[in-house]
Amino acid sequence: MKLKFGVVVFPGSNCDHDAYYSLRKILDQDVKFLWHKDNDLQNCDVIILPGGFSYGDYLRSGAIARFSPIINSVIDFAERGGYVIGICNGFQILLEAGLLPGVMLKNNSLQFICRDIYLSIENYNTIFTNNIETSKPLKMPIAHGEGNYYTDENTLTSLIENNQIVFKYSSNDGKVEDLFNPNGSLLNIAGIINKRGNVLGMMPHPERACDSVLGKTDGRLIFNSLIQNINN
Amino acid sequence: MTKQILTKHEPTVNLQSAIEHGLNEEEYGRIKKILGRTPTFTELGIFSVMWSEHCSYKNSIALLKTLPRTGSRLLVGAGEENAGLVDIGDDLAVAFKIESHNHPSAVEPYQGAATGVGGIMRDIFTMGARPIASLNSLRFGSLEDPRTRYLFDGVVRGIGDYGNSFGVPTVAGEVYFDESYQDNPLVNAMAVGLVKKDRFISATAKGKGNPVMIVGSSTGRDGIHGATFASEEISEKSESKRPSVQVGDPFTEKLLLEASLEIIRNDWLIGIQDMGAAGISCSTSEMCAKGKSGMKINLDKVPLREKGMTAYEIMLSESQERMLCVVKKGFEDQVKKIFEKWDLNCEIIGEVTDDGILHISYEDELKAKIPAFELVLGGGAPVYYREFKRPNYMDKFRKFNFAELPEPGNIQEAFLKVFSSPNIVSKKWVYEQYDSMVRTNTVVGPGCDSAVIYIKDTNKALAVKTDCNSRYVYLNPKEGAKIAVAESARNIVCSGGIPLAITNCLNFGNPYKPEIYWQFKEAIEGMGEACRFFDTPVTGGNVSFYNESPNTAVYPTPTIGMVGLIEDLKHITTSFFKNNGNLIYILGENFEEMGGSEYLKIIHKKVAGDSPKINLKKEKLLHDSLLESIGKGLINSAHDISEGGIVCALSECCVMNEEQFIGAEVNISVKTRNDFTYFSESQSRVIVSINPNNREEFEKLLKTKKQPFTLIGKTGGNILKLNDDISLHVDTLGDIYFNTISRIMNV
Repeated sequence: MKLKFGVVVFPGSNCDHDAYYSLRKILDQDVKFLWHKDNDLQNCDVIILPGGFSYGDYLRSGAIARFSPIINSVIDFAERGGYVIGICNGFQILLEAGLLPGVMLKNNSLQFICRDIYLSIENYNTIFTNNIETSKPLKMPIAHGEGNYYTDENTLTSLIENNQIVFKYSSNDGKVEDLFNPNGSLLNIAGIINKRGNVLGMMPHPERACDSVLGKTDGRLIFNSLIQNINN
Repeated sequence: MTKQILTKHEPTVNLQSAIEHGLNEEEYGRIKKILGRTPTFTELGIFSVMWSEHCSYKNSIALLKTLPRTGSRLLVGAGEENAGLVDIGDDLAVAFKIESHNHPSAVEPYQGAATGVGGIMRDIFTMGARPIASLNSLRFGSLEDPRTRYLFDGVVRGIGDYGNSFGVPTVAGEVYFDESYQDNPLVNAMAVGLVKKDRFISATAKGKGNPVMIVGSSTGRDGIHGATFASEEISEKSESKRPSVQVGDPFTEKLLLEASLEIIRNDWLIGIQDMGAAGISCSTSEMCAKGKSGMKINLDKVPLREKGMTAYEIMLSESQERMLCVVKKGFEDQVKKIFEKWDLNCEIIGEVTDDGILHISYEDELKAKIPAFELVLGGGAPVYYREFKRPNYMDKFRKFNFAELPEPGNIQEAFLKVFSSPNIVSKKWVYEQYDSMVRTNTVVGPGCDSAVIYIKDTNKALAVKTDCNSRYVYLNPKEGAKIAVAESARNIVCSGGIPLAITNCLNFGNPYKPEIYWQFKEAIEGMGEACRFFDTPVTGGNVSFYNESPNTAVYPTPTIGMVGLIEDLKHITTSFFKNNGNLIYILGENFEEMGGSEYLKIIHKKVAGDSPKINLKKEKLLHDSLLESIGKGLINSAHDISEGGIVCALSECCVMNEEQFIGAEVNISVKTRNDFTYFSESQSRVIVSINPNNREEFEKLLKTKKQPFTLIGKTGGNILKLNDDISLHVDTLGDIYFNTISRIMNV
């Protein structure tokens, strides 16, 4: 059965159309845009907070978007067990909204970075990854200036103990080393999940790795894993 | 109430003040004649920006009109709208344009470059087109100089931050370093947009009584006289012009984009124009002139950023992210509602009239009353033919005797030096700071011969490219400009595209110097000849004169931005070797042309000789041969041979794909000297690799077409081996190629 995805549009979102296109045209799901000034999530099964520069991100990434009216609905939805994926700026917003722990610092190069990277899957027991059959790392792009994940020692220990680290930056054969860390992120962290397992935040862009015309399709694996789980 | 021109609150105007505004005596006389009186201070300001080189093209328009500006696919004529518009079938059209932001970037690189991107994007979406790709062409002094590194870093950050936030992928560009750009870098930004053919909207004002709205950012004191500043040479005083540089806000522009497209979709507008150079002055007068209308504008209604601004300042402000809309009467509320949804200012500041006069009032005084037509290019703005003279340096360079050049003792070492030139190595340090993939259309991103942008819901793609080798243009303006067009087309063809049309950004020195004007005239002639030959008309563009510092003028740099159409996604071709055991061919001939070559500059520290020759017939034959081979699926890779010659191009084919380096063993017969053979920059040459199974069919095709070709070797292994002269591991080449610029910048 088709799921209903809601893609939130903040002023300054710029990957909203990409998420819409990939879910609708490539993965054949129902998709709605949700305006940031609204409260109604329109009975969506999954909420996507897309990439971009919400409110220009002039203060700190995601710091203003977190106060958009729709965020309260998203928090309620998540607390009731609803599925939420924050991609890039969406991940930053999830951190600012307190749905995931930690913060994003500027990349350690102090430069914006856009390139394809490889993601080692660190936890195959999440609804976003448990149907992924390959043991190979996933290839998809990153495009961010503030993706250097940081948190305090206790939170980090808790993330590890609760298996909340889902993706780490790696080599194309899955080696997780400093050399393959594009932004200085702690432990090469690229994506984490909340304790309950229904909220995923990731810096890389799975929606940019769905269309075979673009030569990368690993992003589909993450969405498909979730779709299969909800349908079962 | 009829208001009379009142000037009691403004400074008096005389010849002296006109001259201080950059106008000459003759122009001042003309203004008095047009008005039948002495202009007010506000009027003087308006005339000075509208008749500045930047807005009026007064010293270039006569020659620009000789360029081919029509074609079966062109939907609007060159210069008629904010950007050119080309039909690509499927009821779609491509809007594209290139523009310079050189002077602002010379004093404030970050904001100068950022607002350059913002301005060109607005030109695209004010036509109703959604921007789908951003390109640029950048030139700086020597990278060894710390100020160059500061400018380079700032410009790249400015372009990146603006485009990344705005959400349009920056997909292609070029960066050159040469001493001639030391004090006057060039920052040319190009944007490409897509629009349904019947949905594009004009920059016109029509219909008496239709309301005129200003939308977007508030108006501040930034950028006053930006257009005039851009019409002067760079000097020590330029630093004090920093306030003439605008400040960019990509977030507001992103909102403007979404709001504008939403309004245009609803058919509530008569016309819309971006406010770039000369702000409200330019947008009001140009829209009126185009619609043969007038406007009554009340500046009290303009949302201001600061108190106490005068009419003069409001009219001349170049605050960014603003647009002027003429709305169909009765739809004001609907339009306002959309802008409010996006939290944007939207104020009615006046209405369209039918008298052709621009009335500007402020604080109960009529500040200006000017026939709009008299202000604009193609109307009353002056048109000059300047004096020209062939520069003396030409003869000296032509006499250069290449036979006397010492041969390098070790050709491999010479190659490593040339290949390490910042002009040749990958610009990865630059393009990784740009989001090249947002909008998920980028099939081939930065780094290949041209970028390829997929058009969703079709089987088509666009190939886009900016190009110019200004050293060739310096040595031979006519031939160099032809080469710029030919090489752009070659790059498009190497990607599997059919060249459609160009936009140009003509960066030159002071046109009042006869030698500079000669360069300009010759370059235009060459460009026109090549564009006519390839049937790639000029859809519009930009002229930037006065690119000079007290030390030197920049090399004449007529940058070409070209758009090509890939009619089938299967035709998309990239530059790098794909497989081991493929056959490597050179299409085209080598004439051992060393004039203006990177080798001559890097190894012998000289810029001399003549540019390479270009035979347009041979070039066109090459395009046809390549496109036919690509169409038949015979080719695995195609890469243009340009700066650094055959040996650098081969190395690029080996390592351009960072995920998979592939070596090659190649034998090339040396004509007179191995350095000349390897580093010659003869035109109309391409390296292709093919599957050996296709050999017979491929060679037959080339022979039938009489396309010259040579089989030079085979791909495979980890070594690039060229005759007995060069043998290098691909990892060594890859490290030089991808890391040289970051090593220089991270010192």
